[in-house]
Amino acid sequence: MDNLFQIEFEDSRDVVIGIDLGTTNSLVAHMGLTAPEIMEGSDGERIVPSVVAWSKEQGFLVGEAAREVLIESPEKAIYSVKRLMGRSFGDVGEELKLFPFHLAEEQDSVLRLKLGEKLLTPPEVSAQILLKLKQNAEEALGVEVKQAVVTVPAYFNDAQRQATRDAGRLAGLEVLRLVNEPTAASLAYGLDKRNQGVIAVYDLGGGTFDISILRLHDGIFEVLATNGDTHLGGDDIDNLLLAIAIEDIASDWGFAPEMLGSHTQLVQRLRRAVIRAKEELSFVPEVSIHFEFDGRTYERALSRAQYDHLIASFVEKTLGPCRQCMKDAGVTPEQIDEVVLVGGSTRIPLVRQAVERLFRAKPHTELNPDEVVALGAAVQAGILTGAVEDKLLLDVTPLSLGIETMGGVVAKLIHRNTTIPASAAETFTTAVDGQRNVLIHVLQGERELVRDCRSLARFDLKDIDPLPAGLAKIEVRFLIDANGILNVSARDVRTGKEQAVEVKPSYGLTDSQVEAMIEEAYDKAEDDLRERQVREARVEADRILLALDKARTNSAWDTLSEDALAQIDRKHNELLTVYHADNHNLIRKKIDELNDATMSLAETMVNTAVGGALKGTKI
Amino acid sequence: MASVSNSAVLIPEEIRQQLEAPNPDFYAFLGLPEQLALDPDDLQKRFYERSRLLHPDRFARANPAEREESLRASSLLNDGYRTLKDPLQRAEYVLARYGFDIGEQRSNNVPPELLEEVFELNMALDELRGGDEDARPHLVEAEERFLAMRGDCDRALGDLFSTWDTQRTREALAEIRAILNRRRYIQNLVRDVDAALAGAV
Repeated sequence: MDNLFQIEFEDSRDVVIGIDLGTTNSLVAHMGLTAPEIMEGSDGERIVPSVVAWSKEQGFLVGEAAREVLIESPEKAIYSVKRLMGRSFGDVGEELKLFPFHLAEEQDSVLRLKLGEKLLTPPEVSAQILLKLKQNAEEALGVEVKQAVVTVPAYFNDAQRQATRDAGRLAGLEVLRLVNEPTAASLAYGLDKRNQGVIAVYDLGGGTFDISILRLHDGIFEVLATNGDTHLGGDDIDNLLLAIAIEDIASDWGFAPEMLGSHTQLVQRLRRAVIRAKEELSFVPEVSIHFEFDGRTYERALSRAQYDHLIASFVEKTLGPCRQCMKDAGVTPEQIDEVVLVGGSTRIPLVRQAVERLFRAKPHTELNPDEVVALGAAVQAGILTGAVEDKLLLDVTPLSLGIETMGGVVAKLIHRNTTIPASAAETFTTAVDGQRNVLIHVLQGERELVRDCRSLARFDLKDIDPLPAGLAKIEVRFLIDANGILNVSARDVRTGKEQAVEVKPSYGLTDSQVEAMIEEAYDKAEDDLRERQVREARVEADRILLALDKARTNSAWDTLSEDALAQIDRKHNELLTVYHADNHNLIRKKIDELNDATMSLAETMVNTAVGGALKGTKI
Repeated sequence: MASVSNSAVLIPEEIRQQLEAPNPDFYAFLGLPEQLALDPDDLQKRFYERSRLLHPDRFARANPAEREESLRASSLLNDGYRTLKDPLQRAEYVLARYGFDIGEQRSNNVPPELLEEVFELNMALDELRGGDEDARPHLVEAEERFLAMRGDCDRALGDLFSTWDTQRTREALAEIRAILNRRRYIQNLVRDVDAALAGAV
């Protein structure tokens, strides 16, 4: 019996999941023994639609259930929230025209969305999606999960990355690494088997477009350059088709287009109809958009040729970043050995043709373009835990980082496409005698002037020793970490001591705001319910654990086969592992499994009528 | 399940020393002698080897101090590789280490031997920008000449790199400084001509 507890189990510290947090759909994967695997939800679905709904009665709903709510009562659900991550009230005007986001009237620097009676920031909405994926993973793996690798568009800026990491924290996940989506996809493809070569990853998703060019060398994936557009994706095609359909219907049915457009329920259903037509058109030469509402019917045929004509300029928009990316990477189309397609929108034949023509290579499409990013995130998770030893990703920062100087000009400190982690140092001094503070304005972007770049944060160097002007010397180190997120530290050059830096992010949440949200995240009632459920599950676990201990001394125990014993011990250990997790579903699942494993033992004990200890106990 | 224990990965001592230095030596960091002529394949190989050793991915489960150290070490490695990979940046780096100031300020002064050429070029640029297409052939021709001069600079630099690598004289560095300035000036001219030619289309 001594060997029973020597079987090693993954504890929750060993489990790092890989998450593709997409604009339209999200997925979760983990690194299996030999390959990454997508984990299904309890409904058997691999894909979780990135939709979040809330009602007083049901609380939060995520995924397919939330999508149902979206169709029937659009004001109770939020979709495509990724488009708002890390953005401010001032720069979402375009989104608001196309998406029915309900913003709260009172806005500070942080956006807040109305969802029923709730007011939520985009990271809080995303956190609900992450929470759902985390639960799916916990139920699939049977252990508590606390750490994750989460993918982001390569072209995401600092604020968008921070917002994604905040979402993880709010969902109770430590985001060990943010990985760029195209880079993750290249990991999943295992193209390093060819050992050396240059590959291009073309990633056209629901809301974002990325292009990355990488050099592969014995398991090293070195990104040479990346480019993209964080507001270009399949959603744009949906909006195009939607606008046409609304106009058609308005004239057919005799309404003003604006009136139809403001009918959110009609728009949501019509959106679904055009998306279905769009998806079919990737496989058949002609489709019919069919739509019924309130007893009326709309029908319109759409041929591939018409469709191609409609989306031609959309597809063309992706090619500019591709050309720039090749230029930045210092490669010509002939030097690109392989092209990988990622994202649902790359199923569109016109997109494939355009990519093939530009890179002069037939693109890889073996892996499901919807799943490849999540699979790559799981491989990266394996790299972090040490389970995958031969691969290493060297990524770049997509945007240049600079500081504001005299006359509103930006001085670049770290250029775009620099391998990360990357750092730069700059020495600052005072302009006035006795000056105690220096304010540093950090920006991201390629343009010369402050007004054309994106403000990232203001760093206040505080409590500088009062000295005559120009004598104080503060060295500020800007470091972009492996997540593509900026860290700033400062040092007084004269004294060598750390200098206090206060960060004021231009967009997004401060650390203390995130912490406050984590505390508020669950209102008391939900908390109490959860605690009670967990407590009850533990009581039940105690009961079966006690019964099992007693059964060990029973003679029936010795009649068990080695296999049966091993199975009981495995399940016993698994239950012990999840016992302290705050997930009652998980504990109950393990109780059920232990029950199943001990079924024959219980039967033997009852049948031979020697098992007083277990009699009447369901074990 | 493989797991990484905290002591399994360690930053080598010679690299840790560079982390503490006020002006880290990129050559030492990559385990190379201070040479201006470098084999790019060898440099890349060294960069990849050290990346495997130092990258934060290898320290995901180490303690905070080790993670911090890996972050600094790999950012320094990336800075060093980026600098040494490009022959011009590499030369600037070595010049700075030997007390030659950066050439930026002086690069705006027209090298004397180019004075006449630049005067004519500026006139042609003005004409083209003013819409006079007759200036175009002249500019195309001028650009070819400048590109040839840039090629001459690159060849001269190559030779001087070997000279310095073998003889280590200050004169060699001074010559490199002068040619880098001249090259930068020519590069700026090419850029302006390119922009004018493209803009007029």
